[in-house]
This record gives sequence, C-alpha cells and structure tokens, in this order.
Amino acid sequence: MADAIRRQTVGARLLRGALYAVLILAALFYALPLLIMLITSIKPLSEITAGSLLSLPQNPTLAPWTKAWGEACTGMRCEGVGGYFWNSFAIVIPAVLISTAAGALNGYALTKWRFKGAEIVFALMLFGCFIPFQVVLLPMAQTLGWLGLSSSRAGLVLVHVVFGIAFTTLFFRNFYVGIPDELVSAAKLDGAGFFRIFWRILLPVSAPIIVVSIIWQFTQIWNDFLFGVAFSGHDTQPVTVALNNLVNTSTGVTEYNVNMAAAMIAALPTLVVYVLAGKYFVRGLTAGSVKG
Amino acid sequence: MAALEIDQVRKEFGRERVLKDVSLSIESGQFLILVGPSGCGKSTLMNAIAGLEPVTSGHIRIDGEDVTGRTPAERDIAMVFQSYALYPSMTVRQNISFGLEMRKVPKAERIEAVERVADLLQISHLLERKPAQLSGGQRQRVAMGRALAREPKVYLFDEPLSNLDAKLRVDMRTEIKKLHQRLGTTIVYVTHDQVEAMTLADKIAVMRDGHILQLGSPDEVYNDPVDMFVAGFMGSPSMNFIRATLEQSDGGVQLRIETPSEESLTLPWPAARTTEALTERIGKTVILGLRPEHFSEEDARLGAQAEGTPMTATVSVVEPTGADILLRLPLGEEEITARVGPKCAVAPGDRLALRVDMSRAVMFDANSEQRIA
Amino acid sequence: MTHSISPKARRPTASGRLQAWLPRLVLAPSAAVILFFVYGFMLWTFVLSLTSSRMLPSYDFVGFGQYARLMANDRWWVASTNLMIFGALFVAVCLVIGALLAILLDQKIRQEGALRTVYLYPMALSFIVTGVVWKWLLNPQLGIQAMVQGWGFESFRFDWIVDPNMAIYTLVIAAVWQASGFVMALFLAGLRGIDDSIIKAAQLDGASLPRIYWRVVMPCLRPVVFSAVMILAHIAIKSFDLVVALTGGGPGYASDLPATFMYTHAFNRAQIGLGSASAMLMLGGVLAILIPYLYSELRSRRHG
Repeated sequence: MADAIRRQTVGARLLRGALYAVLILAALFYALPLLIMLITSIKPLSEITAGSLLSLPQNPTLAPWTKAWGEACTGMRCEGVGGYFWNSFAIVIPAVLISTAAGALNGYALTKWRFKGAEIVFALMLFGCFIPFQVVLLPMAQTLGWLGLSSSRAGLVLVHVVFGIAFTTLFFRNFYVGIPDELVSAAKLDGAGFFRIFWRILLPVSAPIIVVSIIWQFTQIWNDFLFGVAFSGHDTQPVTVALNNLVNTSTGVTEYNVNMAAAMIAALPTLVVYVLAGKYFVRGLTAGSVKG
Repeated sequence: MAALEIDQVRKEFGRERVLKDVSLSIESGQFLILVGPSGCGKSTLMNAIAGLEPVTSGHIRIDGEDVTGRTPAERDIAMVFQSYALYPSMTVRQNISFGLEMRKVPKAERIEAVERVADLLQISHLLERKPAQLSGGQRQRVAMGRALAREPKVYLFDEPLSNLDAKLRVDMRTEIKKLHQRLGTTIVYVTHDQVEAMTLADKIAVMRDGHILQLGSPDEVYNDPVDMFVAGFMGSPSMNFIRATLEQSDGGVQLRIETPSEESLTLPWPAARTTEALTERIGKTVILGLRPEHFSEEDARLGAQAEGTPMTATVSVVEPTGADILLRLPLGEEEITARVGPKCAVAPGDRLALRVDMSRAVMFDANSEQRIA
Repeated sequence: MTHSISPKARRPTASGRLQAWLPRLVLAPSAAVILFFVYGFMLWTFVLSLTSSRMLPSYDFVGFGQYARLMANDRWWVASTNLMIFGALFVAVCLVIGALLAILLDQKIRQEGALRTVYLYPMALSFIVTGVVWKWLLNPQLGIQAMVQGWGFESFRFDWIVDPNMAIYTLVIAAVWQASGFVMALFLAGLRGIDDSIIKAAQLDGASLPRIYWRVVMPCLRPVVFSAVMILAHIAIKSFDLVVALTGGGPGYASDLPATFMYTHAFNRAQIGLGSASAMLMLGGVLAILIPYLYSELRSRRHG
C-alpha cells in the first residue's frame, strides 16, 4: 500500500526525507529518557550538578550502581535494592508458573470440552481482568491476615496468581479456539482421556502462547507496585517498592546517579525480556484487542 | 447380526431437532454413505455414532452391543476427518501408533501394525515426517492409516476427500474403493458429493432435515428415487422436473405438457407401469421426472427402429463437456437439460429432433413431491 | 434379531461420567477463586463503604454516609477532575501519536523493526521506573529546563512538576511516553490486516494517499480505535504507580487521582469507609466504559 509514495519525483523524495526525519525524532523522544538514565547512572554527583542532562560522563564510574545495589537507603534500612531485586524474582517466578499452568488448563477445558455454563464462567473470569484493583485491596489485606500470609512473599504470590489467572485463561482460550476441535475428537476416538489429550496433543503445540503468557505475566508482576506496596513487609518488598522508597528517602543530598542506577536495576529484567522476546511481548499486549 | 444399528436416534440442541428418530442398520463389510445437503444432520449422525455427541434418545448398537452411553474410546471405532486432524507435534509413525499406544498394545505389535499400514498405503517413506511436511494427498493417506492401524469394528469417514483437488480426489476415491474391497471393512462415509456416493457405496442414505428420506443401493436411489428431493439431489446435472397434466390415452395414460408458444407436447406413459393409482389421477397436474441422459438426438440412420418417443425443441444453450454435450431446451414453463453425444452438431436457436426414453421416466405428485409412479 | 433393550444402556459409563465432569472439576478452583477474590471482594468493599470503618473494618452501618462525605470532599473532586483531564488527554494524545507513527511506519521504511522496538520498549517498564526517570527529566534545577537554559535560552521555563496548576500535565507526558508506542503497535497490526486490494481499488479510483488513509483505511480501523480507547481509559483509571513515583500526588494534592486518593485514605489516613466508597466509585467508572466494550465484543464473537 506504500507504493504510491515511492514515485521518484523530487517532491516525493523530499516527502520521504521528511518522513524519516519525523520517525527519527520520535525515536529520540522514546530513546532519550533511557539513555539519560543510563548516562546519569555512571556520572559522579559533581558532574550532574555542574553539567547538563545530555553531557557525557567525563569520569565514568560504577559507584552509583554498587551503592544502589548494596548500600543506598530505602526507608529505614540502608542495604540497597539488591535484596529486593531477588525478592521480586522469588515472587514473580512461582506466580508466573502457577498462573500460566492454571490458565492453560482453563483455556483447554473451556474450548475443547465445552459444557453448559462454560461461556458464563469465561465471561465472569474475563471481567476479572478489568476491575480496578483498589476495589479488592482492603478485603485482600484482611484475607491475607486470616491466612497468616500478611507481609509474606507467599501472600504476594497468591495475589498475583489470583488476579493473573483471568489474563492467562484469556490468552490460552483465544489460542486454543484456533486449534481444530477435530484433533481432540480424533484423540478421544484413539482412546485418550482429558489429561492425556492436553499433555500429548495440545501442550506440544502451545509453545508460542506459553511464551506470550510467561512474558506477559513476568512483566506485569515484576512491574507491579500497588499490590507490592499494599501487602509486603520490610523484608518482602518487591524491587519497585524499594526503588520508590529509595528515591523518596531524603538523607541530605539527593543522589540522582544512585536513583538512576536503582531505576536501571529495576528496569533491566523486563527490558532484557523485551529485547529477547519482543515479538511475543507485542503479541501479549495485543492479544484479544485486535481480532484476526 | 448387523455391524452397526441405529435405532430411533434423536438429537436435540435446545429446541432444535437435528436428528428426528433416525433408524438404519448395515451388515458387516458394507459401505454405507450418508449424503445430503449441509445441515441435513449427516455430520451430527456421524458424531453420534462416534460418541462425540450424546444422543437425546434412541440406541446405537455395534455388533449387537448397545454402545449408546459409552465414550468414543469404548466403542472401537475409528474416524477419518475432513481436516485429517493429524496430531501436529507427532511424526507420521507416532500419529499412526498413538491409538494403539492408548489401548496399551505392546510396542512390538505397534511397530508391526505401523509397518503393515504404511505398506498398504505406500507411506513407508514418510513415517518420520511431521504432518506439516506432507502434501494434502499424503496427509489423507496418513489419516486413513491411523484409522486402519487399530482395526476397529467400524470406520467413519467424514467428507475425507473434500479438501483435495479434483484429480487427487478421483484417485483417492478409487483407492478407498480398492481398500474396502480388499479389507472388507465396515464403513460409514459422509459426503455431499453425489458422485462419491454413487461410486463408493453399497448402500446410500439420503438425508434431509434430520430424516433419512431413502436408504438403498446406488442403483435404487438413482433410478428409483422416493421423492423429488432424492431425485434432484442425486445425479449431475440434476433430473429435469416438468409440470404436466395426466390424461387418458388409448392404451393407458399420457402426459400433456403445455407450451406457451407452440402446440402442447404429449408423452405416453409406458403401459407396463400404468397402475390403478395413476388412472385415478387423470386430469390432475403431476411432475414428470426425466434425467438428461433419458434424451437422445434423433438418429436418421435408425429410422423407424429408433426407440423412445419423438419430440422437438429449440436449443437455447450448448455446453460441450468433452465426453458429451449438454443442451438447454425451453420446454413448457421450464428449461430442461438434455445430454447428447459429442458428435451432435447443433447451435443455439436450432430446432432439434430428440427421442425421450419414457420407460425410465418417473412421476411425482405435484403437491407432496412424493413419487407416484 | 432381538436385542434386550435395557433402559440403562444409554446412561453414560463410569469413564464417560468422569470425562463429563473433569473439565468442570479442572475449572472449578479458578472459578471459585475468581468468584471469591473478585466478586466476593467487590461486595465486601461495598459493604465496607456503607460503614463508619476507620483504622480497622467495623460493621457499624451508616448507609451512604461515606458517599456523601466523598461528594463533599474537595480532595476527591480534585482527584476526579484530574482523572478527567488526565484520561482525556492521555487517550487522545496516545491515539494521535500512535496512529500517526503507525501510518508513517507503514510506508515500507528501512529499519522498521528497530524503530518499532524503540517506540514500544517503554511499555515493558514499570510505571515506577517511568516516574523516577521523568521526575529527573522534569526537575527544574537539573533537568530539561536547566539544559535548555544552559544552551542560552535563559528565559525558558519548564517547571510544571512544581506548579500545582500544571503538575497533572506532567503525568500526561510520562504516561504518553510509556503507552503511545503500544497504540502504535495496535494500529500497525490493524493496518497490516487490511486487505491490500481495497487500497489498490481506491488508488485506481484516483484517490490521493492521505485521502485513502482518511476515507478508506481509518474506517477499517474503527475496531482498533475502539479497543485502544478501552485499554487506555482503563490504564488511566488504574494509574497509581505513576502518580506515586512522579509527583507523589503533589504539589499538595494537586495531581491526585482517584487511585491514589483511595490508597491514601484507606491505608495511610485510617479512613477505610471513605476509601471503600471511593473504590466503589472507581469500579463504577470502569463498568461504565467496560460494559459497552464487553457487550460489543461478545456480540461480534457470536456473529462471526
């Protein structure tokens, strides 16, 4: 559909130049904040207050990173965000695995073993994707207390699983709808049962949607702040909460380079995932919103 | 004992009745074809036999055993699907042996069964490939191999050839026929292609709106249809239906066809087939059914020896098919199709002398569309 | 040929009954969890919103008193008005930028993949990180304002983050930075899904390229626009982390949103009843945009 603009007249060539200029400007708008964050995180504090936002570091240093990782104060403690970084992993990994597994089974049961009421169950689950979580915060806090999971990592895992299942079910349901029912019929005639069909027939072809689900859940849970701040204790905070505390802890001079290093640390895992598996990330974002 | 017996099977989806008390039975080794327009219930009946959809009432028996409440796995049935439904993550070998594995057949026997089937279907060289690496025709063979490996009591084929291109479809049709002749398997085969139905079947069940309209041999269904629907559905081009008035004639009855422009055409009804029921209808309007091949061009060489009733008509369209020529001829209010030999030199607008073989004509009631003679 | 037709034969066999129940059994835990944690909690919060709960939940009912207090609360009105401003601007700007970038990227651009990656990466970040970065960029003494002044434009002012009247717009900037690439991806997927022959037909009819986009392509993208608006509006209503990290709701409570209002009152200011009432109003807002969305989604699914 772009052929029309390719005619090689002078006007068209100018137009094409302008097109690239706009696109590159836009790229700068998106890229610069990350670059500035990176540059700032390796500058000594003196260069930050004296120099400009964009000036390159004269004496690059990793000191802000080591301080952000191990020494910076987050609230009352001064142990950096390193511990909280691992906290995030300890919460994210089980939550991602459980919610993906549950979503896969749900999607399979909903699409390949349709029963009366399956559509209603799905509609009710789908709605769970969209509620503002503020509406569950207070009862959740109390329920976690009753379960003895207040301020624990297990409690946060539970919360993320509960509110992630709706999304993972949606992913797998939409994926399995596209897999022909006849495959399941054939396997039934061959003598396979519910779990065997899932394990031998459906799961081996589910790799793309498993990746989408894992990446989506990973970024969602890693980036979560609301549940983290509401339900974690001092020792169990995820890195987003620790980062916010670090930035807002004022002990004399604000060390912007440390702040930026800590922000980079919090951002790295999801950035790495995005760079490595961007295709699947986009598919997760657009799942269900663009109908094929 | 019947290999498969369907007894008053009814299937309802909510208020909609998809199968209305269907009954039929086939003997071991018979090839039954279910044919009908889409939505007639043939696929639902197939799924009911397979156990993929529970029936609302009625019974299904295989080898005399009532299997109505059993799961597909417990029925000893294999099915070839329209989309082939090959397991995409498994090799051809694994696809074929999966059903045996699920039934806990020992490994040595499984290997043997795969080899036997692969040999039979000439797919031995494909055994280690995945379905995605196969052509349409190869997938079709693997799908049949998967069914054959288990040696079930009944085979179900759900429009198995409809995804193949025209040439391959004809080849596979012949191949299925050969396999059936060789193995003597019991097959239920769904199709909407009446040529497939005619060429393959021992028995054809023509379905419409959840009923079986006619169950009989291909010859019966083609030459002796029970009503206008069956008559029109089987055969291509379809049977010509001509509105006519039944009249008394010297020897029995005759049919008068009114034509607006010319004088009306009279066709005598064969005396041997004139029944009392027919004479009672004299003066009423009936529908005369004539297949395109019941017409032939007048052959001057035969002269008085020519068989059939002479008639003339104006040709409106000439459609050569290669093997023969189809002519469109306005007759009365309708336009009829006649199939004549490839040598027939005729152009649109010509007046053509034809012979009609009335001995093979059929007659239907104009209102009920049921066969009357 | 007689068969003993036992009436029991049509009853499913044991393994048949198990097969019929397994899917339900598998789905049951998730369904129960959703029922309790989503629907039960919604009801629970509603009950709390009818009580005078402060520090701890109490079940001393005061009717709709908390809602009345909320309506009389100046800070709630600021938060609600802010949400209107923030939501409308955020959605509109994201749509315009997203659509524009998608159309420009759809002109057989070299390095399209790389550009797309750059446009979209902010969506992978936490709103907290986004907030921290933009807080730094918008810092009047050290950020963009200082940089431009350093280039010689002494009178350049860009201190919205400390200006109570302008702080809400800094949220729009940061949120647009984060989400507009996503809208671009949605539009691009939509553009790629359009049948090429429609555009060729329009070209043969002699339409110019901008005209083709406006009259032929955009109408095809109506469902994409619709989904994008729903998703963006939903992000806007849930925005909490960004406010906390970027402005902290300040200066004062000038950039408060309902999400931060609810959290502050329920968790920091011991106003559980009032917080619950505000959460219920947020839910009402989401329902108002969600119900038409789900309705159209389910209806279109049924028809095709």
